[in-house]
Amino acid sequence: MNKKISAYPEKCTACRLCELGCSFKKTGEFNPTASRVRVSIFGEDAFYAPILCTQCDEAWCLKACPSGAISRDYGARVVKVDRERCVGCRMCTLACPFGTITYYAPEGKAIKCDECDGQPECVLFCPTGALAYEEESTPTRLKRKETARKLESSSKEVQP
Amino acid sequence: MKGWIGKLLRVDLTRGEWKTEELDKNLATKFIGGRGLGSKILFDEIDPKVDPFSPNNKLIMATGPLTGTSASASGRYMVITKAPLTGTIACSNSGGHFGAELKFAGFDVIVFEGKAKEPVYLYIEDGKVELRDAKALWGKTTHETTDQILSETDMDARVACIGPAGERFVRYACVINDKHRAAGRSGVGAVMGSKNLKAVAVKGSGSVTVADKEAFRKATLDVFQKVKANPVTSSGLPSYGTCVLVNIINASGILPTRNFSEGVFEGAEKISGETIADDILVRNRACFSCPIACGRVVKVTNPKYECFGEGPEYESDWSMGACCGVDNLDAVAKGNYLCDTLGLDPISAGVTIACGMELFQKGIISTKEVGRSLNFGDADAMVEMVRQIGYREGFGDALAEGSYRFAEKYGHSECSMSVKKQEFPAYDARGVQGMGLQYATSNRGACHVRGYLISPEILGSPQKLDPFETEEKAGWVKTFQDLTAVVDSAGLCLFNTFAFGGPEIVEYLKAATGIGMSLEELMKAGERIWNLEKMFNLKAGITGKEDRLPDRLIKEPMPGGPAKGRVAELGKMLPEYYELRGWDKEGVPTKGRLKELGLE
Repeated sequence: MNKKISAYPEKCTACRLCELGCSFKKTGEFNPTASRVRVSIFGEDAFYAPILCTQCDEAWCLKACPSGAISRDYGARVVKVDRERCVGCRMCTLACPFGTITYYAPEGKAIKCDECDGQPECVLFCPTGALAYEEESTPTRLKRKETARKLESSSKEVQP
Repeated sequence: MKGWIGKLLRVDLTRGEWKTEELDKNLATKFIGGRGLGSKILFDEIDPKVDPFSPNNKLIMATGPLTGTSASASGRYMVITKAPLTGTIACSNSGGHFGAELKFAGFDVIVFEGKAKEPVYLYIEDGKVELRDAKALWGKTTHETTDQILSETDMDARVACIGPAGERFVRYACVINDKHRAAGRSGVGAVMGSKNLKAVAVKGSGSVTVADKEAFRKATLDVFQKVKANPVTSSGLPSYGTCVLVNIINASGILPTRNFSEGVFEGAEKISGETIADDILVRNRACFSCPIACGRVVKVTNPKYECFGEGPEYESDWSMGACCGVDNLDAVAKGNYLCDTLGLDPISAGVTIACGMELFQKGIISTKEVGRSLNFGDADAMVEMVRQIGYREGFGDALAEGSYRFAEKYGHSECSMSVKKQEFPAYDARGVQGMGLQYATSNRGACHVRGYLISPEILGSPQKLDPFETEEKAGWVKTFQDLTAVVDSAGLCLFNTFAFGGPEIVEYLKAATGIGMSLEELMKAGERIWNLEKMFNLKAGITGKEDRLPDRLIKEPMPGGPAKGRVAELGKMLPEYYELRGWDKEGVPTKGRLKELGLE
């Protein structure tokens, strides 16, 4: 089993409890700017999506880090920031194409999701299942099955 | 301080100055926050006899100690002022994200004083305060105002503002935040307009801290389980929003129809939550930290009533719908949308229009006066009147005064379905006796969210009571009113109370603030807040004589449906209610009770 946090934007209601759970676990305070997961809310399109680090295999942030603070934890299959070694240079935030590693001013450090060592707090706090901690191939397998269902119904339509 | 940020911002609009004050911890403990603390500040700082539109009135925005935390549905803020609709104390409560952001920006409470010379808006970013020119925003809708302010400040800022209705002193203008969330009732938006204050925008990267982290996390997760286990919060509200009530209340025969002339609406199904889900629902939307997500994003494609946004929820669905005899869901959604963009309370707007329809059909007002026909069931007329009210255009100018002043002008105040000049929400008191007592005694006039007796009387939570019975209702009303005062003051959404109540709030507050309070002390704080509001009203000249219901509900039996033949039996319950409250026969709190509550 290779578990990952999956996001299902269609189930998100923009309540931001994930941000609260995450920031509280990581800093002991409620502060969305300290959260490793952030909900993007596009009201005019009725689109809400929790966005968090996908834990790239070849991580831009890791490659950009000049102080060796960012490393890959092969056991947990996540990319981590060593707070002691992070100098707050922000190179990782420039390198990351997704905006999911951020500079947290009160600590002067880069912060990112580490999946809480296998017990992600955001998933625990999400009331709708918009975030799930599951076998990483699950979302793609679900999509594939949905595609197959569409194929089934369209083929039924054309049958005499 | 924990839970609370510990800061109050005082803004003198006349001088264009502001200062930060430390929050008084004793006061915050005694009155909790939000509604309680804001009411205490208003009570201490203004003359309750003041003209609501005078610069001497103050407008307070207050959050609770739980606002901004992960407590279930706790992102509330309240707007407290003296109300232009009722002359009573006003406290209107709203969700969305504004309240939490205010705390992240560094303040629990903002007190606005005086009146700006020209339109302004307040911008707070991480404790830094600015009053900015809002001349270019004056006249704009709440949506245009929000978009413009976001482009001038920060894309992630949160905006609470008024629309054209607040600028024009419509007596039931509201404050809209996050475009679709309203501090709705009693005309708090008109007071904001009278101060030339167009908007408040907040942006913060600060924290809300709590006293006992482990206990707070546990309380949060325990409550989530309760919300998940309760059918109303886990299924009814998420599936159909508050409009799940339309069919339930109609089946109980208390869905006020055509200005409370009947209690069963033949078109209820067409405007029900189920029909909304089938026809116009895009998706659900939650307020900050809410696991329920009752909000409905809807899209109407019918070109005549085209709109896209949040709502309608049960009250606006009913006020624009059944109360006006309108069964066209697209039109109801459009009416609700206009209330959001123009900044109107849809309850008072719909019920006032319904009052106009009644006077029109009785021949008391003419086509010439209205500028068109105004019959019950006329969807176009309803939508057009909402628009005219928002801009005080044409006949809308008369309706903008609220149903009581409007009907009184024509010598027919008996057609105003209101208490203390505030319009009723969507439950006819003839078939739900406890709710009737609650309406009559509510400190801000007719209101369902000062004590939601529908919960036991109709929905059976926490236990089923006979809605037609008057026995023991006085005690229920008192308990519900006191608990609701606590819920509002803590920063919690009232919908939480389907799933949990006092004991869980005790846990939350203790973990957040570090101040332990027994359930008894918590309820006493609620009672203290209730009595404080009552004392404000008495000083404002609103006496027990106004703890009444319109003759229509007292004297005219319900004509049909499950509540057929019933009237509201207020007289059977009111004396007992006063007695339980420790008030005299005129509804005045006794010195002894005030002393017990620490209000001497």
